Amino acid sequence: MTPTPAIMDEPEEKILTDLLRTMLLIRRFEEKIVEVYGVQDMKTPVHLCVGQEAIAAGVCANLRRDDYLVTTHRGHGHCLAKGTDPKILFAEFYGRVDGCCRGKGGSMHPVDPENGILGASAIVGGAIPIAAGAALAAKMKKTDRVAVAFFGDGASEEGTFQETLNFSALKALPAVFVCEKNYYATNSHLSARQSHDDIARRAEAHGVQAERLDGNDVVAVYQAAARAVARARAGNGPTLLDCKTYRWYGHVGPVFDYKTGCRPKEELDEWMARCPIKTFTARLMQKGLLTQVKLDRMLAETDSRVSQALEFGRASHLPDAAELTQHLFHQNAK
Amino acid sequence: MPWTKIYLDKEQMEQTLKKDGLRGISYQQAMLEAHEQAMQADERVFLIGEGIDDPGGVFGTTRGLAQKFGKDRVMDMPIAENGLTGIAIGAAAAGMKPVFIHMRVDFLPMCMDQIVNHAAKWCYMTGGRVNIPLVIRAIIGRGWGSAAQHSQALHAMFAHVPGLKVVMPATPYDAKGLFLAALNDGNPVLIIEHRWTFEAVGYVPHEMYQVPIGQSITRRAGRDITVVAISQMVYEAMKAAASLEQEGIELEIVEPRTISPLDMEPIIESLGRTGRLIIADVAWKTGSVGSEIVCQVCERSPGLIKSPVRKICFPDVPTPCSPSLEKAFYPGSDEIAQAARDLMRHQSK
Repeated sequence: MTPTPAIMDEPEEKILTDLLRTMLLIRRFEEKIVEVYGVQDMKTPVHLCVGQEAIAAGVCANLRRDDYLVTTHRGHGHCLAKGTDPKILFAEFYGRVDGCCRGKGGSMHPVDPENGILGASAIVGGAIPIAAGAALAAKMKKTDRVAVAFFGDGASEEGTFQETLNFSALKALPAVFVCEKNYYATNSHLSARQSHDDIARRAEAHGVQAERLDGNDVVAVYQAAARAVARARAGNGPTLLDCKTYRWYGHVGPVFDYKTGCRPKEELDEWMARCPIKTFTARLMQKGLLTQVKLDRMLAETDSRVSQALEFGRASHLPDAAELTQHLFHQNAK
Repeated sequence: MPWTKIYLDKEQMEQTLKKDGLRGISYQQAMLEAHEQAMQADERVFLIGEGIDDPGGVFGTTRGLAQKFGKDRVMDMPIAENGLTGIAIGAAAAGMKPVFIHMRVDFLPMCMDQIVNHAAKWCYMTGGRVNIPLVIRAIIGRGWGSAAQHSQALHAMFAHVPGLKVVMPATPYDAKGLFLAALNDGNPVLIIEHRWTFEAVGYVPHEMYQVPIGQSITRRAGRDITVVAISQMVYEAMKAAASLEQEGIELEIVEPRTISPLDMEPIIESLGRTGRLIIADVAWKTGSVGSEIVCQVCERSPGLIKSPVRKICFPDVPTPCSPSLEKAFYPGSDEIAQAARDLMRHQSK
């Protein structure tokens, strides 16, 4: 019961440019971490999403600011694509008071309620039901808000994934489940963990509609997410997007893990040749929608924004030790 | 005060309350009324749990509510306790006030990941940006051979985790008041109830009211021994006190009502007078709330204790089925009374 994606028109130029800008922001943000991490003053375990940018950009371009998003320990890209200011992310990674969690969460737990981001779980599969819960709230309050959960293929092995899909289909929740299938759970390959790699089939077994996608094709992701979000918003239930992709860096930290024998270098090389940004810029240039000059300008603007955000983060103050016991409980009951 | 009084039988309650024109109802009725009033007062409140809309209605505490408020707000659910806890957490984060109801405490370990890793951490981890107004009710079973997986009391495990509040109302008045306080708290609150308190009767006002979370209460004054009694054990302690009175031994009974955060003041204050401590709990002995109470006494005022401390708890084995083994497993008023006599003898040596 694989749905055939409807043939859609190519998105208009502004959307294509925005998709590129978002992907560049995510890429350069992550690469900035790689650049500064060796200084060892960013004391938080970083899980980089370089290579997977098309999924965050393509999905979030379809979301409104008030739509909910819940993510994972590998969530920088999702937050940036949803509109989070990189300043409050870097401040958080440096453990500063201007961080999105005032230094309580770090890289694995970004939050940004003003942009609909309810938080992130570093327990694999842990946040999938939380997104569905936000979708349930949206439905019970009779709003047309949509909730999105991002997660990896490892999470699809968790009970929370199965339990959430069943309930979401049962209640026709306005939810979009986005599986970034990068084939590795830390260093364990999908083939060591699952009998097949068709995550979409698991969704379909629960009555959740699913689409199988090239997660490195930002336009394909954008169009599939547009269909999924429209379905959810119209009250027609949840969708799972099974997005095939690859993470370039190791599970955690700013290094390539082929050097330590975690993965074959040839595999990385193959996927780097399919870089979602490189293929997209080539496509735009071929269509005459992008020039090298324009791309260079976008990169310069992105780098300037990222550098300023980093400086902001570094310059912010560390929280006073008295904050240790604050925020355990919400104080303003109503 | 009528709302602090423990009644050991219905007749006694009816006679006492009648004089003042006060209403007496059961724990189960008080809970049902609290749910109904809360749902009427606040559209954000909804109930979710396995079979909560069935004719039994969670031992009567949700009976008829599905008919009144509809099955969208009194929601039956798939048998998926952990996932649904996550869904309740998400709904709470997005502005609803879910009440997740488990007919047995034994189902809470299924939800450990979502309760401990998620609900308890979310407010802190997000620097206070997103809070989780989630109430989880779970009922301790006992008797009729319920055995190992239908009679556990795991409150100490949850009291260990920062970010959770754990309340254990034993009286009808506290059941309603602590439920409404939990709903209003804005944080994850576990309400652990004991099946054997559901028929207990006492004064309960019609109107909505709250019993503050984190306040112990002295149920009975007495000069000789402080008995800290948790949940259903407060009734056992009252029975023990009544029989010991004839022997000239006076128990002072303090009921924490909230296990976390624990209000130690009335316990310390009472120990200042009695110098002797018995803790009675409906749970295992090792690593129990009683252990924590003793530790806090020793940290704060070790000089207050003038005799050995006794913990009247379950032996450290799972609950058995056979009536003879069940009888040996559960301590009650007799064991509390015997411990009290032992402590008094210790003093006279």
